[in-house]
Amino acid sequence: MNKSSLTKKAIASPYMLWSVIFIIVPLIFVVYYSVTDADGAFTLDYVRNIGHYRDIMLNSIWLGFVATVISLVIAYPLAYIMARSSLNVQRTMMMLVMLPMWMNLLIRTYSLMIILQDTGIINTALSAIGLPRLKMINTDGAVILGMVYNYIPYMILPLYSIMAKLDHGLIEAAEDLGANKLQVLRKVVLPLSLPGIASGFTMVFVPSVSTFYISKKLGGNTVSLIGDIIEMQFKSSNNYNLGAALSLVLMLMIVVCMAVMNRFASDDDDGGVLI
Amino acid sequence: MKRKMSPLAKLYIALIIVFLYAPIVVMIVFSFNSSVSTSVMSGFSTRWYTSLFHDEGTMKALVNTLILAVSSSLIATVMGTAAAVGINAMKNKWIKRTTMSVTNIPMMNPEIVTGISMMLLFVFAAKLLGIADALGFWTMLIAHVTFNLPYVILSVLPKLRQMDPRLPEAAMDLGCTPIQAFFKVTLPSIMTGITSGLMMSFTLSLDDFVISYFTQGPSFETLPIRIFSMTKKRVTPDMYALSTLIFITILFLLVLLNVLQIRGEKKLKNKLDKGVR
Repeated sequence: MNKSSLTKKAIASPYMLWSVIFIIVPLIFVVYYSVTDADGAFTLDYVRNIGHYRDIMLNSIWLGFVATVISLVIAYPLAYIMARSSLNVQRTMMMLVMLPMWMNLLIRTYSLMIILQDTGIINTALSAIGLPRLKMINTDGAVILGMVYNYIPYMILPLYSIMAKLDHGLIEAAEDLGANKLQVLRKVVLPLSLPGIASGFTMVFVPSVSTFYISKKLGGNTVSLIGDIIEMQFKSSNNYNLGAALSLVLMLMIVVCMAVMNRFASDDDDGGVLI
Repeated sequence: MKRKMSPLAKLYIALIIVFLYAPIVVMIVFSFNSSVSTSVMSGFSTRWYTSLFHDEGTMKALVNTLILAVSSSLIATVMGTAAAVGINAMKNKWIKRTTMSVTNIPMMNPEIVTGISMMLLFVFAAKLLGIADALGFWTMLIAHVTFNLPYVILSVLPKLRQMDPRLPEAAMDLGCTPIQAFFKVTLPSIMTGITSGLMMSFTLSLDDFVISYFTQGPSFETLPIRIFSMTKKRVTPDMYALSTLIFITILFLLVLLNVLQIRGEKKLKNKLDKGVR
């Protein structure tokens, strides 16, 4: 027994070695590159220079946040409806929600760009019926739309899976005890679905904040996000040190946002349990 | 408990479906466009499908993508399953928790950070070893295995926890060696977790752009990378044709999977009914 449990532990060791070399060490390199210059000498210049990018960072967080909230608002009722419909409808809906995720993000975003652009389908249709063309591409709104469009399945799925597990007896009990629909939602469904909201929030917010393709295609030159700046350092300006420093900040920023978010989620959760 | 859907709910679902599928429909329609435009439809033709199959670069990229997805998902599944078994057997809480936190890092970190962190490692190692073009198939393989591993581990671990730990012990009491016990008892009971981990890894790897983009070299181009470099310029409808084909393949597989699942459930139900009678 003892011997077999020892071998059992030992078979995790290739993975542990792998995760040290290819997960931990690369992150150490991010830190290393952000505090050294191109010759490898220690410097804090890059970290200090990050202030220049403050507006872009704040804008990234803002757009990511708006996209996440919109996704939540759209996805929540859908998940609720899905969870309460027949098994066949649930299965079909799951498939319909997941299917677009299997299309490459680049293609989906590009398609969206085709629809929104100045000579795109919407504008062609508008001018055909004599209406003025709309300026949609290269705006904040287009970038947010792209984020919502690409990442909303990540919001729907965790919300749906938690609502499908929700004990319907609780809702009926609340109704029997005289709660109206709104009260049931606020006092029963919402608190119980908080873990789903929290994980959906994370799964939409993180890729939205750090995207560079969506902003490149739908934001053009007018909307730049932190992801664009990082990508530029590695792919065109070859300034790895600045890129590393920005990535470090992006990582920390997300950790902070998530910590705040989890704080809220768990606080409310505790409250719900206490009451 | 299951109520009929109200018309309002139906409308809501319909609107979301339209939202989710409008760009895909546009793509499919324009893949049959007879002109090069991706915004004005001038007639029906399948010329983009023909030109797609004659495009050597795209076909090569497709093969590369499959090679990378198969190899990285297989490696990740074997290593990840072993890791899950090992983690499950760990007694030391602290080591277990640390291992799990490290496992979560690639899932929580923005992809761009994972991508550049690995790129920095590879570039640094290449400089140290004096290799000129380090980025290519091998670096991509390492990167894909790395981001696949957590998904395998997290789909196998719950199955291990659900399994009765006395089962392999009983097998060993009955004369199995620990290795036999693992292959005859443990493995079959965690198999569903392993297959779902494998499938998830395969699709993630197939679809990955961001991490590949930073760990890729000119010697090995995958489909998402090729799509990226093509969307830098104006896209011709052959990319749409390719995406349409991928979409239809996936649709077919998903429907098939669903039908099989429903049929399996019906069979099980029939069996149970007969059992009751």
